[in-house]
Amino acid sequence: MDTEENFMLNITDLKKDVESIITNTALTNEQAAFNLSALPLNYVEFFETTSAFRELCEAGCLCTMSEGNVTFHPRYTLPDYEKLLREGCAFLRLAPPKTLFEAIQTLEMFYRHIPSVTHYPVYLGSVDKLLEPYMDDPHAYELLRSFLIFLDRTIPDSYCHMNLGPEATCAGRMIVAIETELKHAIPSITLLYDPDVTPDDFAEQCVACALACAKPSFANDKAYRQLYKTPYGIASCYNALPVAGGSFTLSRVVLSRLAARAKDSEHFIRDLLPHAVQVLCEYIEQKICFLVEKSHFFRSNFLVQEGFLRLENFTAMVGVVGMNECVNLLMEKEGKPDRYGYSEAADRLAIAILERLRACVGAFTSKYCACTDHHFTLHAQVGIDSDAGISPGARIAIGSELPLYAHLTHCGKVHPFFTSGVGDIFPFDATAQRNPAAVVDVIKGGFSQGMRYFSTYSSDSDVIRITGYLVKKSDIEKLDGGIAVPQANAMWGYGEVKNGKVYDRKVRHL
Amino acid sequence: MALVNQIIHSSAVDGPGNRAAVFLQGCNFSCAYCHNSETIRRCVSCGTCVERCPAGALRMQAGTVAWDETRCCGCDCCIHVCPNLASPKTKNYTPQQVMDLLEADLPFIRGITTSGGECSLQRDFVLELFQLAKARRLSTLMDSNGSYDFARDPALLQDCDGVMLDVKAFDREAHIRLTGADNALVLKNAVFLAKAGKLEEIRTVIVPEQLPNEDTVARITSLLRPYLAVRPIRYKLIAYRSFGVRAPYQTQFRSPSGAQMQACREIALRNGFEDVVLI
Repeated sequence: MDTEENFMLNITDLKKDVESIITNTALTNEQAAFNLSALPLNYVEFFETTSAFRELCEAGCLCTMSEGNVTFHPRYTLPDYEKLLREGCAFLRLAPPKTLFEAIQTLEMFYRHIPSVTHYPVYLGSVDKLLEPYMDDPHAYELLRSFLIFLDRTIPDSYCHMNLGPEATCAGRMIVAIETELKHAIPSITLLYDPDVTPDDFAEQCVACALACAKPSFANDKAYRQLYKTPYGIASCYNALPVAGGSFTLSRVVLSRLAARAKDSEHFIRDLLPHAVQVLCEYIEQKICFLVEKSHFFRSNFLVQEGFLRLENFTAMVGVVGMNECVNLLMEKEGKPDRYGYSEAADRLAIAILERLRACVGAFTSKYCACTDHHFTLHAQVGIDSDAGISPGARIAIGSELPLYAHLTHCGKVHPFFTSGVGDIFPFDATAQRNPAAVVDVIKGGFSQGMRYFSTYSSDSDVIRITGYLVKKSDIEKLDGGIAVPQANAMWGYGEVKNGKVYDRKVRHL
Repeated sequence: MALVNQIIHSSAVDGPGNRAAVFLQGCNFSCAYCHNSETIRRCVSCGTCVERCPAGALRMQAGTVAWDETRCCGCDCCIHVCPNLASPKTKNYTPQQVMDLLEADLPFIRGITTSGGECSLQRDFVLELFQLAKARRLSTLMDSNGSYDFARDPALLQDCDGVMLDVKAFDREAHIRLTGADNALVLKNAVFLAKAGKLEEIRTVIVPEQLPNEDTVARITSLLRPYLAVRPIRYKLIAYRSFGVRAPYQTQFRSPSGAQMQACREIALRNGFEDVVLI
């Protein structure tokens, strides 16, 4: 095909894509604008990808998460908000705040300028600790309440993530109390939870809030705070990344599709997996080099220039999905009845795959990613809306859940492999609302078994966790009727509900 | 050795936090509103259930009913046809055997609760189980109908962290009508346990018309008020529900309204109880 013909073909495709966006009544104007802005990046290439990479992508074994081959800003950024409140920001002409009102306004103005894959901030900081010094204000409750409403309305995307804890603070308790009342899907919240530091009554308050509106989730602070040399934060779904840094990019290996090509598990572990990971790592490195060396972000953005983000605090994530289906398929190919989560042989295979993955990712050295010793990190990716029949990360498939303790113990075995984020979800029936301490005991038990991240919601709640992010069931109903809702990623939740089995997730009874 | 009706590995309704609950077979009360009346008596091997089991999981073996757990479909037909308020699905366990069954639960639970039936009827088992539980750093609670004289058993109370006591009716006649038993010892236990700081919780089932509900709530909270300073006592007020209740009572009793439950709660609050839970 000559170039002109190719160009015309592309223009025809582009026109179709544009039309589908600008005629969709279920998109707000801003959502349509963001979708349009992403389109050209799917039609241009700034570096040559390998044929092995293209082949694996077309087969669906590797996936670039709709990033296109070009990114001009990091996918996940975790700015140093402590520095902002301590020193202000020259570019935005913000002085260090002196009152709670000023501190909240400073954050609100700053959030407006944080790039990420969603065009919204995916990390709001440890807001309780940030605001605690200003909490002597007699109007603290009203100010925090309007702050939380402001976030819900102006950052319409639940990948935006606030951190609390591990200590209990006045600000933290007040934020949890207000969220319990407001029941917003935005922001997502994680309690960095350490049973030796976090008082039981605060953990119980957080569980009660989670049973009302699906947040906060609980991150195993003892385990996570040892991972990086610098402080970490939880961003986007549940991504554990260095503060004042983040992740350049995320691409993923679809284990189940790769397993479909395997003769047996040995072929998979010895040949297919190392090859796919090597090809993916090379691609990620190309992408990072372009981002750091060619695009404007690390050379001119004020967040970098003023030190709110530092190049050396960025890593990159190798996502994994479909472990459940991968293991079952390999077992089937070998004529074995073993099933993931239900047999020692199947779980041994899963651990062998994870060990191999860790070794392969560790074998690749990046020019960047200094914070993780120039290696990329493994991430249990929560899936995308088109993943029909592919379970997130290494999760046991919905419909195959184990009894509660066995399930948590299983999580404890696989979670530690995923440095940059992993998590499982356990909805409870209404009984748990009367005894949040019982759920705290369950979380403590899970963490003692090695589990890294625990989410819950109540079976009768409007806000629920889809795979890693929050959506209101009432918003999904509206989208089903072609009616736009403010929350951008409610659309992904709608797709998950249509394609997946989110509503069928096993409800636990205590 | 004790006859065990059921072991539940995670419960949010049998005391603080997440607990394992061990339900022992046999009760010395026969409450009309009992919602698991198959725990009241022991099987007398009449064999009625054997013929009615749709899964063929029951058979007569050396004069007693044997239950094959692997074939059981869990339909509870055996319980419904039992003329004796018993169950063929019970098992004899030693305290050590029960602890072994709870081994995998240990990271996830903060304690165990013995319930029933009336667990104090198998006191030696309970004490030994509690001693084993204490060695594994578990807290230990008993559910009791109050028919056991706790004051005369300091050894048991040493290893029992608290009692969750049923106060089914304060009025003696009403109590006898409902349970077939006198309540003098129940009330004595309430005071004794409260004074000793061992009264974890009291609970009353509210049944309109059939029981003097407000009278019970008013008098037990007045009686115990002086001891709230020793430690707070939770009061659980339980709305009667027909689920699991045997004939003819199932259709004779009705559930209280929300307002009736609130009225009882108000009385308890007025008498100084702070932790009053409606269920």
